[in-house]
Amino acid sequence: MYVAVKGGERAIANAHRLLADRRRGARDQAELEVGQIEEQLRLAVDRVMSEASLYDPELAALAIKQASGDIIEAVFLLRAYRTTLPRLAVSEPLDTGAMRIERRISAAYKDIPGGQILGPTYDYTHRLLDFMLLAEGEAPPPERAERALEACPPLLELLDAEGLIERETDNGCEPADITRDPPDYPVDRATRLQMLARGDEGYLLALGYSTQRGYGRNHPFAGEIRLGHVEVEIFVEEWGEAVCVGEIALSECQMINQFGGSRDAAPQFTRGYGLAFGHSERKAMAMALVDRALRAEELGEEVQGPAQQAEFVLAHADSVEASGFVSHLKLPHYVDFQSELELLRRLRREHDRRECDMGPDAQPEDSL
Amino acid sequence: MTSLHDHCTSQARRQRVLALTPRETLETHWAALGIRAPHRCVRGPETGMAMLRGRMGGTGSAFHLGEMTLTRASVALDDGTPGGGALGHGWVRGRDRRHAELIALVDACARHAAWARRIDLDLIAPLQKALEARHAEASHEAAATRVDFFTLVRGE
Repeated sequence: MYVAVKGGERAIANAHRLLADRRRGARDQAELEVGQIEEQLRLAVDRVMSEASLYDPELAALAIKQASGDIIEAVFLLRAYRTTLPRLAVSEPLDTGAMRIERRISAAYKDIPGGQILGPTYDYTHRLLDFMLLAEGEAPPPERAERALEACPPLLELLDAEGLIERETDNGCEPADITRDPPDYPVDRATRLQMLARGDEGYLLALGYSTQRGYGRNHPFAGEIRLGHVEVEIFVEEWGEAVCVGEIALSECQMINQFGGSRDAAPQFTRGYGLAFGHSERKAMAMALVDRALRAEELGEEVQGPAQQAEFVLAHADSVEASGFVSHLKLPHYVDFQSELELLRRLRREHDRRECDMGPDAQPEDSL
Repeated sequence: MTSLHDHCTSQARRQRVLALTPRETLETHWAALGIRAPHRCVRGPETGMAMLRGRMGGTGSAFHLGEMTLTRASVALDDGTPGGGALGHGWVRGRDRRHAELIALVDACARHAAWARRIDLDLIAPLQKALEARHAEASHEAAATRVDFFTLVRGE
């Protein structure tokens, strides 16, 4: 229990002023502009958009600046802003197959139509600090191939003529929406994916990792990872057709996992799916691992690891909820704590009295 | 029927090209076209959100991925001017109200037959070409990172 406490307004105002000063840092350094964050800290911007569940790079950059780079605080700020906006439309399902590819790889198939496109990646870097970045100097422009990319069709179903991989088909169901109806466990896969898509990356990464280490093992292969831009279409009533209103950057991960099958169905590779705003490859991979782990019951697997327990995984995935509840411990609990002190003192008095009554050598009853 | 379908298609094409064109570029090209069309906003411009849907595995059932900011506007051309009273609509990702208004204005003007041709030939076509050039540039840059596998032959 916490009670309203009055006072401290002046201290709070001054604390916020001090915060603004510390955020600004030493005045001999140029002030960071939101546009610089948007352009030069893009992966942080993408993470904030993903976990805030709102795609708006400029506002995500502003949130990062306002939060002094505290990503979880920035997610909170953007999520809070989201509540001030009306919903104007629901998009047509995004066609990731039509993505303008910036990166596309498969760790399962080597020779693929369109080829393995590394794109802008931290993979294969040596993870040595680059002291050149401490010095001034322009990055060279990117290399340019003579020929443009070939078509990069989605691989999983294309390359699987034998039907060894589970197929994903549209059942036509209207998906649930946790922003309108709070999740009621157990939840279906559409709800799980919506919750995972806004889940904290570090948390999902740890859970995905746990499945690899044996807590709900499912032997994943990165079937296809693609990054790039996808056009967003909404259906316009006035025109009676769906039209493009812009494009967004997305990261998609198609994980292929070990077999499922039953008496009726022949064994097949199963799948996990990850999709995230921007350049968020690690998030998409972690999401795909956890999505697959959460399909345990559906696929008739024994639930052995934490990553397979839907309510545990999903109810703790949202950093806004988690940090809110942890942070509330900082609110005044003076009365609550006072009553605990009283209780503890009484228990100790009773304990002392018992000790006196029984004498120093007597054993308390309940220790037998 | 055919003409209606054609109309819808060009409408959707304009909307797409204009939404994918940076607002400053659109503003410059629109001014250069020299169509003076006094108008008023009848809805918005207003900023809200679109809920984005993905598909499980890319091809399966829909799920809600998250939202994005979206701005829409509807304008009416002033009565007594060419195309007077015509309505136009515009939608664009993000929060740029002027961008949405410009798209709506172009849409309204395109209802006027004489303007529609100019808009398609002198505004949409070059902007679409510029858009395709930007996309091609990005494609060439990505293509430079394509892996050429070679196999090491082992043995005698």
